Amino acid sequence: MEDLPLLSALVVAPAAGAGTVALMPRDRPNATRTVAVLTTLVVAVLSVLVLVAFDTTDAGFQFTERYPWIDDFGIAWYLGVDGISLFLVVLTGLLFPIAVIGVRPHHDPKAYLAWLLLLEAGCLGVFVALDLFVFFVMFEIVLVPMYFLIGGWGYGERVYAALKFFLFTMLGSAFMLVGILAVAFLHERATGVLTFDLVVLAEAQGAIAATTARWLFLAFAIAFAVKVPVFPLHTWLPDAHTQAPTAGSVILAGVMLKLGTYGFLRFGLYLFPEAAAYFAPALVTLGVVGIIYGAVVAAMQRDLKRLVAYSSVAHLGFIVLGTFAFTTPALSGGVMQMVNHGISTGALFLLVGMISDRRHTREISKLNGLQKAAPLLAGVFTVVMLSSIGLPGLNNFVGEFLVLIGSFPTRRWWTVVATVGVILAAVYLLWAYQRVFHGVPDDENASTPDMTRRELAVMAPLLAAMVFLGVYPKPVLDRIEPAVDRLIAHVEDSSGFSQPQIVAEGRSE
Amino acid sequence: MLSAVWLIPALPLAGFLILLFWGRKLGEPGAGWLATSMVAGSFLAGLVTFAGLLGQDEHHRQFVFTLFEWLPSGGLSVDMGLLVDPLSITMVLFVTGVGSLIHLYSIGYMHGDPRFHTFFLYLNLFAFSMLMLVLGDNLLVTFLGWEGVGACSYFLVSFWFERRSAAVAGKKAFVTNRVGDLGFMVAMFLTFASLGTLSYAGEGGVLENVASLSGTTALAIALLLFVGAAGKSAQLPLYVWLPDAMEGPTPVSALIHAATMVTAGVYLMVRMNPLLDVAHGALTVIAVVGAATALFAATCAVAQRDIKRVLAYSTVSQLGYMFLAVGVGAYVAAIFHMITHAFFKALLFLGAGSVIHGMHDEQDMRRMGALRKLMPVTAATFIVGWLAIAGVPPFSGFWSKDEILAAAWDSSPVLWAVGVVTALLTAYYMSRQVFLVFYGEARWSEAARGRSAEGALTTPDHEPAAAGHAPSTPHESPGLMTGPLVVLAVLAAVGGVLNLPGVFTLEHFLEPVFEDRLHELSIGTGIQLTLAAVTAVGAAMGILVARAIYLRGAAPAERFEPELLRRAWRYDEALAGFFGGPARAFANFTSRVLDGRAIDGAVNGVAGLVRASGSRLRVVQTGYVRNYALGLAAGAVALLGFFLLRTGLV
Repeated sequence: MEDLPLLSALVVAPAAGAGTVALMPRDRPNATRTVAVLTTLVVAVLSVLVLVAFDTTDAGFQFTERYPWIDDFGIAWYLGVDGISLFLVVLTGLLFPIAVIGVRPHHDPKAYLAWLLLLEAGCLGVFVALDLFVFFVMFEIVLVPMYFLIGGWGYGERVYAALKFFLFTMLGSAFMLVGILAVAFLHERATGVLTFDLVVLAEAQGAIAATTARWLFLAFAIAFAVKVPVFPLHTWLPDAHTQAPTAGSVILAGVMLKLGTYGFLRFGLYLFPEAAAYFAPALVTLGVVGIIYGAVVAAMQRDLKRLVAYSSVAHLGFIVLGTFAFTTPALSGGVMQMVNHGISTGALFLLVGMISDRRHTREISKLNGLQKAAPLLAGVFTVVMLSSIGLPGLNNFVGEFLVLIGSFPTRRWWTVVATVGVILAAVYLLWAYQRVFHGVPDDENASTPDMTRRELAVMAPLLAAMVFLGVYPKPVLDRIEPAVDRLIAHVEDSSGFSQPQIVAEGRSE
Repeated sequence: MLSAVWLIPALPLAGFLILLFWGRKLGEPGAGWLATSMVAGSFLAGLVTFAGLLGQDEHHRQFVFTLFEWLPSGGLSVDMGLLVDPLSITMVLFVTGVGSLIHLYSIGYMHGDPRFHTFFLYLNLFAFSMLMLVLGDNLLVTFLGWEGVGACSYFLVSFWFERRSAAVAGKKAFVTNRVGDLGFMVAMFLTFASLGTLSYAGEGGVLENVASLSGTTALAIALLLFVGAAGKSAQLPLYVWLPDAMEGPTPVSALIHAATMVTAGVYLMVRMNPLLDVAHGALTVIAVVGAATALFAATCAVAQRDIKRVLAYSTVSQLGYMFLAVGVGAYVAAIFHMITHAFFKALLFLGAGSVIHGMHDEQDMRRMGALRKLMPVTAATFIVGWLAIAGVPPFSGFWSKDEILAAAWDSSPVLWAVGVVTALLTAYYMSRQVFLVFYGEARWSEAARGRSAEGALTTPDHEPAAAGHAPSTPHESPGLMTGPLVVLAVLAAVGGVLNLPGVFTLEHFLEPVFEDRLHELSIGTGIQLTLAAVTAVGAAMGILVARAIYLRGAAPAERFEPELLRRAWRYDEALAGFFGGPARAFANFTSRVLDGRAIDGAVNGVAGLVRASGSRLRVVQTGYVRNYALGLAAGAVALLGFFLLRTGLV
C-alpha cells in the first residue's frame, strides 16, 4: 500500500475520466455515461482504500506524496490526509457516484458528465493538498465546472445564480491569493526559504508577526466564509442551490460547502493559530447568528429547495461554532458534522429533485398529500428529515451534540442560543413536511408515482450511513480525534488559549 | 438472569425491523400479533430481570449492562448502556405490561385500516424507545429514548394524516416537546461541564457526585431538566400539545398519551432525585407547577364535550399530581400514582375507544347516552376506571392519591387544599362523563335521525369517518378489545395492593433508589385518616353534584360548562395568536426584508454601483462581469500593496 500514489490517483482518476468523456463522440450517450459511472466507482473504491489503510493512531499526515513542481518558487505537488480530511475524502468519493447514478441530466449528458468529473477531481484535490499553491489551484478549479453546471443545466434563473455564485467566490479567492503569496514571501523574508509547503509554514510560527498574521488570517477567512457560507455572505447560496440541477445541489451542499469549513480548519487554525484564537469570538458569533438566522428564513420559504438551502446556512453555523470553540468534542463534532451534513442534505436535495421531476414544481403550496400518493417516497423523506432535525440515533445528532456539549465550556451563552436552532429545525422541516406530504392529495398530486427501485437503491446507502453514524460513530470519531487534538495543541502552543479540562470530581471552574 | 436485560428493548426493536421489511407481507392481523408478542416477550424478559434483581442483596440492586461505547470524544465518554435498578425495572414492568394489553387491543381496534402494519411498526418502535428511555444508564441514552418516543408520538398522532387536524396536532406535539428538549439538552451540557460525565450510576456518576455541585449549578440543572419534563409530561406552560394529540387513534392515546410516554418527565425527576435534594428551591417549583397544572387541567375537563378530550385534560391533571408528589419529596407516591394511573387511564381510554368504535366514530358525548345496556362489558369496566380515578376506596386511585395528599399536607396545607379541590373536580368531571355516555337518555338515535334528515353536510368536521354513512345502533366491541379492558379493570380495581403495608410494598422495593431522601411523614395516623376521609368525602360530593346535574337534570347543564373552560382559558388560542401573529411577522420580516432586500440587496447594490460608476467613468462599457472583476482585481492589488507596505517588504 505504501508505495501506491493513492492520493494522486484520487485526483488524477476523475480528471482523466473527465478528459475521456470530453473526447468521446457526442452521439454515444450510453458509452459516456458508462465511462463516467465507472470512473466515479473507481474513485469511490480508492477512497475506501484510503479509509481502510488509514492508521488510526497517527495524528499526522498519512499517504503523503511529494513531487517537485515549480522548484524556483518552492511549489510542490504535496498531498496527504489526516483525520480531518479523511472522511471528507471518503464522503466525496461516495457521494459522486450517487449523484451521477441517481440523477440524469435533461440534455447534453456528455458535457454534463465531464464537468461533474472535473468537479470531483477539484474537490478531492482541495481535501488532499498540502501545498498552498496546489490548494489554491484546486480551490479555483472547482468553480469552473460548478459555474457551467448551474448555468447550463439549472432551472429558470440559472444564469443570474451562476454568475452570483462565481463572483462571490472569486471575491473571496482574490483575498486568499493575496494571503497565500504574503505568507510565502514573509516566511521567505524571515527564514530565507521560499516554500508553499503548508506543514513547514504552519510549524514556523513566529516567522510572521502576530499582527500581520491576523490580517492574513482575515484574507483567508473571507474566502472560506463565502464558501461556507457564513452570515452575512450567504446570499449566493439559496440562489445557486435553487437554480442548480439536482446533482449540482447535492454536490454543492454535500461537498463544496465543506471546502470553506475545511479551509478554516486546515488553513485558518493550522496556519494562523494565534489569529484564529483572536478572531474566534467574532466567528463564533457569526456562526450562531447563522444558525438562528438560517432557520428563521428557512421557515418562511415557499420553495422547497430554497428551504433546504437555507437549512444549510443553519447547519453550517454549527460547524463554525464547533471549529472555533477549540475543544476536542466540539472540533470532532464539527468535522463529523461536515460529513453528516453532506449525507443528510445531499439526500434531501435528491428527494426534492425527485419531487420536482414528478410534479414539475417545488412550490410548497402546490404540493400536498404526497404521503398518500407516494408512501415510500414519504417514508424515506421522513427518515432524512428526522436526521436533519437531529434526532438521536441518526447521524446529525451526534455531530450537533458534540459541537454543543464541546462548545458549552468555552462559549456558554452562545451554545445555549445555538441550541434554540435545534427547535427551529423541527419547526421549518415539519411544517414543510405537513404541507407537502400530509392531507388529501388534490387531482394534480394524486397520481404522483412512488419511488422507483433505482431511486431507492440510490437512497439506500445514504440511509444506511445515517443510521450507522448515528448508532455507532466510534470508528469515525476515533480516526478524527488524534488530528483534532494535535490541531488544538497547536492553537494552545501559539496563543493564550487552553482547553478547559473537565474532571470527574469537582467543578472545572 | 440480570443479563437478560438487553432482550427487553431488543425484542420490540426486532419487531420494528421485521415489520419494516416484511410488514406488508405479514399484513393483517399477522403484523399485529407479531408486534404484540414482541412487547409481551419484553414483559417476560422484564420479569426474569426483576427476579434476578430480587435475588440480589437489597442494597446491591444496581446493575449496569454496557452494550458498546456510543460517543467517545475527548473527556466525554457515553456508553450505550442499560441500568437495572428497582426504579427502572418497575417502569419496565408497567410499560411492557400495559403496553402488551394495548397492543392486543389495537389488533381489534385497527381492524380494516389500510395501514394496519404501519401502525404496529410505529407501536413497536415506540415500545423500544420508551424502554431505552427508562433503562438508559446515562442522560444521553435517556434522551435517545426521549426523542424516540417523541418522534413516534408524532407519527402516531398524525397517523390519519389525511385529516388536517391530525397532521397539525402531530407537528404541534413534536415542536412543543422540542421546546422542553432545549432544557434537557442544556442541562446535559451543564452537567458535563460541571461533573465530566452523563452517567447516572457508579462512583463517578452524576447521582453520586451531585453534592460537589454549587447550589446555583445544581438548581440550574434541576430546573432545566424540569423544563424538559414539563414538555414531555404536558405541564404548564407546555401542556398545549396533549389535548390536540387526541387526534391519534385511541390506543395511541391510551399507550403514549396516558400510560407511558407522558410519565417520562416524572420518571426523569425521580431518577434525578439526589440532584433535587441538593438543588434548593427546585422541589418547590416542581410542587407548585404540578399543583397548578392539576387544578388548571381539571377545570378545563369539566366543560369538554369530546369524550377523549375530557380524558386528555384529566391526564394533564393527574400528571400534575405526580409532579406535586415529586415536589413534596414523595417519590414513591409519584411512582405509585404513575402505575395506578397507567392502569385506570389506559382502561378509560380503551373504554372510550370501544365506545367510539361501537358508535361508528362518534366522539361527542352529547350524542351518546344509555350505552351501558348495549355495551355491557365496556360500561362495566369503564365504571371501574371511573371509581378508581375518582378516588373511591378501595379502588387503586384512592390509595395512590391519598399518599400524595398526605405528603402534600405535611409540606404545605395550601398544596393539599389545591390537591383536594382537584380531587373533587376529578370525581365531578369523570362522573359527568360516565353519566353522559352510559346513563340517561339515548341521544344517539335522535342525533342520527336529525343527521340523516339534514344530510351529511352538517356533520361536524371532527368526525369525518361518520360523514359517509348514517350510524346504526351502537354495538359492543369484539373480544380482542374487551379482553384487555377486563384485565385492566381488575388491575385498576386492586392496583392499590402494590403499596399496601404488610404485603409486597413498592416503597420497600424502591427504597434503595432514594436512601434517606424520601420524605418521612411527620403527621400521625389520626391526621392521616382524617385527611383520607376529607378526600373521600370530596370525591363523593363531586359524584353527587354531577349526578344531580347530569342524571337528575336539577339544573341546565350548559350553565356548568362555560365557554371559557371548554376553550381551556383561551391559553392555547393566545399562544397560537402570538406565533401566528408577531412571531410570524418577525420571521417574515427577517426573510423578506432583511435577507431579501437588505443583505442580498446590498450585494446587488454594490454590483450595480460598480456598473454605474464604471459606465459613467467610461472605463469599460460592456457591462457587469468585467466591471466587477476589474473592481475585484483593483481591490486585490490595493490590498497586496497595503500588506507589502505594512510589513516593510518594499
